[in-house]
This record gives sequence, structure tokens and C-alpha cells, in this order.
Amino acid sequence: MDLMDTVNPTTGRVVVVGGGMVARRLVDALRARDEEGRWAITVLAEEPRAPYDRVALTSYFSGRDPEDLELGDPGLWDDPLVTLRRSDTVVSVDRDARTVTTARGAVFPYDHLVLATGSYAAVPPVPGKDLRGAFVYRTIDDVADLRGYVESLRDRLDRPVRGAVVGGGLLGLEAAGALQALGVASTVVEFAPRLMPIQVDEGGGEALRRLIEQLGVTVRTGAATARIVGRQGVVSRMEFTEGRPLDVDVVIFAVGVRPRDELARACGLPVGERGGVVVDATCRTEDRAVWAVGEVANIEGRCLGLVAPGYTMAEIVVDRILGGEGTFPGADLSTKLKLLGVDVASFGDAFAAAPGSLEVVVSDPVAGVYKKLVMSDDAKTLRGGILVGDASAYAALRPMVGRPLGGDPMAYLLPEGTGATPEGELPDEATVCSCNAVTAGRVRCAVREDGCTDVAGVSACTRAGTSCGSCLPLVKRLVTTELTRSGITVSTALCEHFELSRAQLFDVVRVQGLTTFSEIVARHGRGRGCDICKPVIASILASLDTGHILDGEQATLQDTNDHVLANLQKDGSYSVVPRIPGGEVTPEGLIAIGKVAKDFGLYTKITGGQRIDLFGARIEQLPAIWRRLVDAGFESGHAYGKALRTVKSCVGSTWCRFGVQDSVALAIALELRYRGLRSPHKLKLGVSGCARECAEARGKDVGVIATESGWNLYVGGNGGFTPRHAVLLAEDLDTPTLVSAIDRFLMYYVRTADRLQRTAAWVADHEGGVEAIRAVILEDSLGIRADLDAAMERHVEAYEDEWAAVLADPEKLRRFGSFVNAPETADPSLAYVPERGQVRPATPRERESRSVLVAGTTLEVRR
Amino acid sequence: MTVELSAPAHDAPELSVAPEPETWAAVCAVEEILPERGVAALLGDIQVAIFRTHDGVLFATTNRDPYSGAMVMSRGIVGTRGAAPTVASPMHKQVFDLRDGRCLDAMGQAAVGLMTYAVAECGGVVHVGLPGRNPGS
Repeated sequence: MDLMDTVNPTTGRVVVVGGGMVARRLVDALRARDEEGRWAITVLAEEPRAPYDRVALTSYFSGRDPEDLELGDPGLWDDPLVTLRRSDTVVSVDRDARTVTTARGAVFPYDHLVLATGSYAAVPPVPGKDLRGAFVYRTIDDVADLRGYVESLRDRLDRPVRGAVVGGGLLGLEAAGALQALGVASTVVEFAPRLMPIQVDEGGGEALRRLIEQLGVTVRTGAATARIVGRQGVVSRMEFTEGRPLDVDVVIFAVGVRPRDELARACGLPVGERGGVVVDATCRTEDRAVWAVGEVANIEGRCLGLVAPGYTMAEIVVDRILGGEGTFPGADLSTKLKLLGVDVASFGDAFAAAPGSLEVVVSDPVAGVYKKLVMSDDAKTLRGGILVGDASAYAALRPMVGRPLGGDPMAYLLPEGTGATPEGELPDEATVCSCNAVTAGRVRCAVREDGCTDVAGVSACTRAGTSCGSCLPLVKRLVTTELTRSGITVSTALCEHFELSRAQLFDVVRVQGLTTFSEIVARHGRGRGCDICKPVIASILASLDTGHILDGEQATLQDTNDHVLANLQKDGSYSVVPRIPGGEVTPEGLIAIGKVAKDFGLYTKITGGQRIDLFGARIEQLPAIWRRLVDAGFESGHAYGKALRTVKSCVGSTWCRFGVQDSVALAIALELRYRGLRSPHKLKLGVSGCARECAEARGKDVGVIATESGWNLYVGGNGGFTPRHAVLLAEDLDTPTLVSAIDRFLMYYVRTADRLQRTAAWVADHEGGVEAIRAVILEDSLGIRADLDAAMERHVEAYEDEWAAVLADPEKLRRFGSFVNAPETADPSLAYVPERGQVRPATPRERESRSVLVAGTTLEVRR
Repeated sequence: MTVELSAPAHDAPELSVAPEPETWAAVCAVEEILPERGVAALLGDIQVAIFRTHDGVLFATTNRDPYSGAMVMSRGIVGTRGAAPTVASPMHKQVFDLRDGRCLDAMGQAAVGLMTYAVAECGGVVHVGLPGRNPGS
């Protein structure tokens, strides 16, 4: 038995049993608030992974990896005061010795023990519940099992897989969504007479049933499962106490959860009648050193199966451990969910349980909408409500519970756009984000006093909207109102040298026909510019096709990458990327690139954009490298510029047995059309030859996906720090129409976006969103279409290879010396070590030790 | 080749921390430095970045970017911050005052300055002043 006590004796020990979402929040909160580092915290998790977003479990089926369910910053687990032990279950608690023991025999002493063991999925005691093909729906492993099983069935059976979900509540509909996503024909079986009996009333349940049946899910309410019949140990049929049996291959039990209170029972802590560790309003058990939070805690006489009250409990325990006075404010059981794509929300006194309540109901079976507000007897104060089919009013309504609505309640229930939604002024103490307990006052304060000027800033500062995100529309409204009220106009000035925004600057440069930085800064700015405005003006001038980017004064505006037409790497060397349009390359081309890399000792790597990056080129080697590449028929790939990078493609209909259009030919045509186009940020395009989308076109600024009859055009996608899927702009276009739509989209973006604003953010920020952009591009709503078309034509005609142009100009070539007084001498500070058959820059330590250094990639080749 | 000069041709900035130069090295013709750009020069084993501003004033700093350790300062964008002539590191955009090497924008990191060198133009040739060497080394 090893005693796991490595912490400094002056540091207190908090041990958390359970590694779920609430445990994560507790660690987060403790590390954020315990500034002196008085407490070390250990999380003992049974699952083999760090806490993950269990609420989003179903999204695992829409192609997300388990990593995408990660919660918050994984760096939390690297904190020296935080220990996460995975794949080990706590088996006993010794309250006298204040230790816990795990299944693997480790013993952890504690000063505070927090039980956050959560729940397990309840399985009703029906015969056949243990057959292969019967599942529960609780962990990533459950979900992965289910997926694996369904996929193996699908390969074996020559008919669709049939599934049933026992339980028509929140979890059951989630599970039905999962089956649906796996292509399983499913039936939801609910014992109560309606779906989601806990959250919605009869009218809501009826609306929900209609919406869900429209999606192809069969609903059986008022049905009790009698048994599950197996054949050869595998689920094959369900029988009910009444009615026809149902042939099924998969059954998911989603009838509810039960608290995992076995540890508490074993160590003699009181548990509730229906389970759950009994705690007081501070989340403390009868033992002053033991706390319980989340679904396992029996607080106010019941266990709560939602994450928001669990988060509140975690915050309270941290507050108490640190000597605070926090108490549980009562559970807000409001929920808003998208189940099978159907919005369902329920909040406050949804069932009008309080005497004298009035109900205002809008029910539109045709539109598939059911909305109900529960009001006080004078019809002034909002008590609760239910929204099915359209829950857009949820964010505005939920914080108003218990407060006067300040208008006709009906106005909140009408579809958006049919009348002005009354702007009830939210009181400061109203909770806006219930996941993180952020009030309207806190959001306003973030704008007024903390200097936040947008939703992203406010979210980062207050954590509002960082969990489920359902309150973000409301946060945005509050932020906008507060900014206006404070008279804050968000500055769009580019930098200290220009008051204008990039878009404004683009317009004045274009309209006034300015062609040099000196002219522009003299007329519209001050000083001599900086590393912000100079590259912006360089980009604007390049977009307006005013000649080679290294001509005259323009050369001084360029970032080093554009200045040497290559990409600066961490050691001061550069990488070189020749264009390979559409990712199509001949064997001769590959050999030529390979020979260049070999002769110059360059490290080679295939890029994500289907081309080849050559690393470790010194500045004085660049012209010789280009000469070789240009002679072999290559040109600059503009990997160094805020410009079109690549048009990625799949192999398309010429080879692929699924392809419906020639994606490679289109990708090459697009890449050759837009090559060299300078833009506010890098631009990436993708073309897929069928709906399988092997080119990942929807992760691009412009994505094209082939259909049987043409091309679908998507815009505004990107990977990177904030991945976004592109949204559909137009469908089934023929090739000329597609190209002209892309022309206009790109040129409109180039002209109006902010500095370093990618298309996703530009589309999101554009007034009226993608619809307005569609109107500009396809219906010419601004009357600028001819102008955009002409600008793109000019670009296509003016294109020249930037490398070849430098090679032809001795004046420009002279700038590629390493030292002004020794232009051919290699930078003596460069040092490389071999790795996997190539070289990489030496680390500082390797330089110190002077071990195995390759002194520069020195192999010279005569021009 | 070295040239002995009595003083820098422009007013040496007061904040400069470079030691009094003992030797002056001729580097290049002044036209070889484009206005508002820099060049690197190799003086013995010292790498110097020499900049020429819009109004023709020359500045010299170490070519080493103190944040990345790479020899790249000469490739930064030259501009102004208020009245200060500046260069921005091409690696991670920290901004330095060319007059004394002070870091004006550390991009959220601790401020580290650039070593500066005296620089002068004499008869169309740019000279950089190098501090005296310790005779013992």
C-alpha cells in the first residue's frame, strides 16, 4: 500500500472523488480563487480520461472526436497543485484517519473530501436487460460501444438497423438523436402519456411528438416495457404490457439516473430516501470534512440532474474551503436543449403550480410551435414557461422569472420579426448565464468598468456564455445597450498613425487613386507608420494591383515574409513553398522539388494545403532556389502572404468511383484564377467532387461541393484557433455562375473586411449576415457587382509570378544578401541537428553542448 | 578596414547605453540601405543591424532579436511611435526605440532592450562604432 502524500505539509489537501464536469469546475474554481496556493487538489477519476463535456455527448456522433468534448484549458492538469489520477476507482473512505483508498491500492489523505461521483444510468429490472445489444447512455465509453455495435450490425445486416430507446425524457431524446445520427430507424418508448413529462405539459409534449415524428422517429407513449427477447444472446424483440411487440436490434435504456452514493453509505454518511448524499445548504455532509456536489448530492431533499446547479455547488464548496460564507441559492431547473434538432425549453414554474397563475399559450401545429408563459394573477409578473419548436425567446425570458415583464406577454411568443419584442430592462441582479451564475449587472459592469467592448471580451472576463452558450444572444444585447449608454464608440482606428479602419482606408486609396505609402500617410494619417499599418497598406496596394510588391517604396511596407517572398522560421531561416495548383503534381515536378531540397539540404514536409514546404533556406539562398524551381515550371505559392494560399481538392470524378464532378480541374482553375490575390488575411479554398467531402471544403473560406447537377458554394469556414464550418451561399450552380459568385465574394471581402479578419468573422460581423452578403453577390443589392467583377478581371490579367519577377530584376536581387558587407556569407549563428533523416534547428541546449551540429545547410549550388 | 573618427556625425541620443566606441568600421555605401529598412552587417563576429529612417537618419542595433535569439532585427519594419523612430521584430512584433534600443511594446512579455551601436555617415560611407575589446580576451 503506498501512501500518496507528496505535498508540502503546510499545504492543505483537497481530494475529489469523481472526474466529471462538476469536479472540473471545482478544480477550476479552487485554482482561480486560492491565489496563495494554500490547497493542493487531487481528482480521482474512474474513467480513463480527464473530465469532458457529458452534456454534448451526442455530438460524438456527428463526427466529433472525444478530444472535442474537452472542457476548458487542458493546461489546468499541468498545475503543480493539481493531480488527476485516471482509471482508478475509490473503494473506501476512512473518516477517522481521513484517507481514501483506491482499487489499485493507493491511499490519499485529505483535509477536505469532496464526493463528486455523479450518477449511473438506471436500468429497469426487465427480463433481457443484459442481452448484447442493450445499452445505457452515460459515458464516452457507452457511446463508443453503441457506435461500434451499430456499425458492426450495419455491415452484417442487409436491412436498416432498428433501435428503441426506453425513456422519452431529456436523456431518451438525446439517445434517439444519437441513433438517428447513426442511421438507425428508432422508436422512443415512454411510460408517461407524453414526451419529456418532467419539463413540458401536455400541449408541449404533443407539439414535441409531432416534431419528432416528422424526423422519422416513432413515438410510443403510455407504453410499459415487459421484457426484451433475445436470440442467440442478442437483442431481437421488445414486448410491452399492452400492444404489439417491436422488432429491434438495439435498445438504449434512458429512464433516468441514480446517485452513486455507495461510498457514502459504506462510511456511514446519511443518504436520502431515494439515494444521494445528504448535504446542507453549504454542500457539507454530517462530517465537517466531507462535502458532496453535483448529481450525487441530496440537497434540499433531492438530487439534481443538471450541470448548472452542480457548478453552483462546486463554487460554494470552494468558497467554504477558502473561508467564505456561500450557500446554495436554490436550484434553477431551467433547461434549454436542442433535441434531434428541435428546440425545447422549460423554465421557472412551468406547470403553473402556484395558485392563481394565468397561462398564455400559443400553439401552432402547422409551424410545429408550442409556447406557454405562466404569469401571476395580474398578468404582470412572469412565473415560468415552456417553449417547444422555437426557443429563441428563452434567453430573454428566463432571467425575467419573478419580475414584471413590462409589456404584453404575447409579444414574446410571436415569431421574431412580426412585432417588436418589448425591451424589458433587465434588473442588475437578474441571472443571465445560469451555468456560471453571471448577472446582468456583472455583464454591464464588465463593459462599464472593466473596459470590455465586445461579447468575446465580456465572456472572457465574466465567463458568461462559456458553458452552454444559450445566453449569448442576451449577453450581446446587454453589451450593445451598455456600450451605447456609456457613449463608448468602439474605435475602428487602425493604429496610432491612421484614424481610418482598413475598409475605409481601402475605399479612399481606391477612389483617390493613391499608390504610395508616403502619399497615403500624408493625406490620411500621421507619423511614418508601423508594423500594423504598413503591411495593411501594402496589402491594399497589392489588392489594387499597383505593381510588384517590392517595387520602390512598397518594399519598405512589407513584413519580412512578403519582403523576401518566403516564410520566416524560428531560427531566422526561411521556408519556400512552390505553388502546386489543386495539389496535382507530375512525377517530374516531384523529382525537381526533391532535387532542390536535396541540393540545398532543406527539410521537407507535406503541408495541409496539399503542397510541399522546404525549410531551412537562408536569405541569400532564396534566389538560387527559386531559379531552380522556376526553371522546373513552378512559381511562388504565396505561402508567405496574406493572400490566396491553396485550393485543396479530392481526386474527383476522373478517378473516384463516387465522384460526381471533376473537382481537380475546378480546383486548378480556381487556384490559377485567384493566385496572388492579396487579402486582409490568408485565404484557403477547397473543392470536393461529391457530398463525401474528402477535400474538407467546408473548413475553408470558400468551399465548393459537387452535386449531381452542379456545385454548392459554401463561405466563411476555417480551421485554426476557432474552427468554423462554412455556410451555404448558393446551390446547384453551373461552373461560370459559381466562378463569378466566388469572384464577387472574394473581392467584396478584400474591400470591406478588417485587418486580419478572416472570412468567418467577416460574414458573422456583416450587417444582415450571410443573407445580406448573398443579396450583394447574387442580387446586386448594393449595385457594386459590375465594379467587383471588373476588379477581379484586373487582378487576373495583372497576375505575374513574384519569384520570376525578382529573378529578372538585378536591383531587387541585390536585397537577398545575408550581410550588406558580406552578401554570400551564411549567418554563422544558424545550427542544425539531424533528425529522422533530415535536419532541424538545434535547441538552445544543443547549441550550448555543441553536440552533433550541422553548421547551416551549406551545400551550395552554382546558379 | 577601420577609420578613426572624432564623434558621431549625428547627435548621439542621451539614453544610449552603448559604451564609447573605440573603433569605427566602414560597412557600406549609404545608398545600399533603403530608407525605412535595415540591413545586417557582419563585423568580426558581431552581427549589427543598421537602419535608415525616412528623414535619412542612421541607427545601429544588435541584429539579435532578444526574444527569439534569432539574428533577424535588420528585417523588421521601420516606423514611428509618437516621436520615436522604431523597429518591430519580424519574429513576434516586439517594438524597440531605435535611438536607445528600449523595448516600447513587449507584446505581453517582460521588456528586454536591444544593444545599440554608434553609427555615422562619412563621405557617403556608413561606419559603425564598435566598443573597445578587453585586451585580455
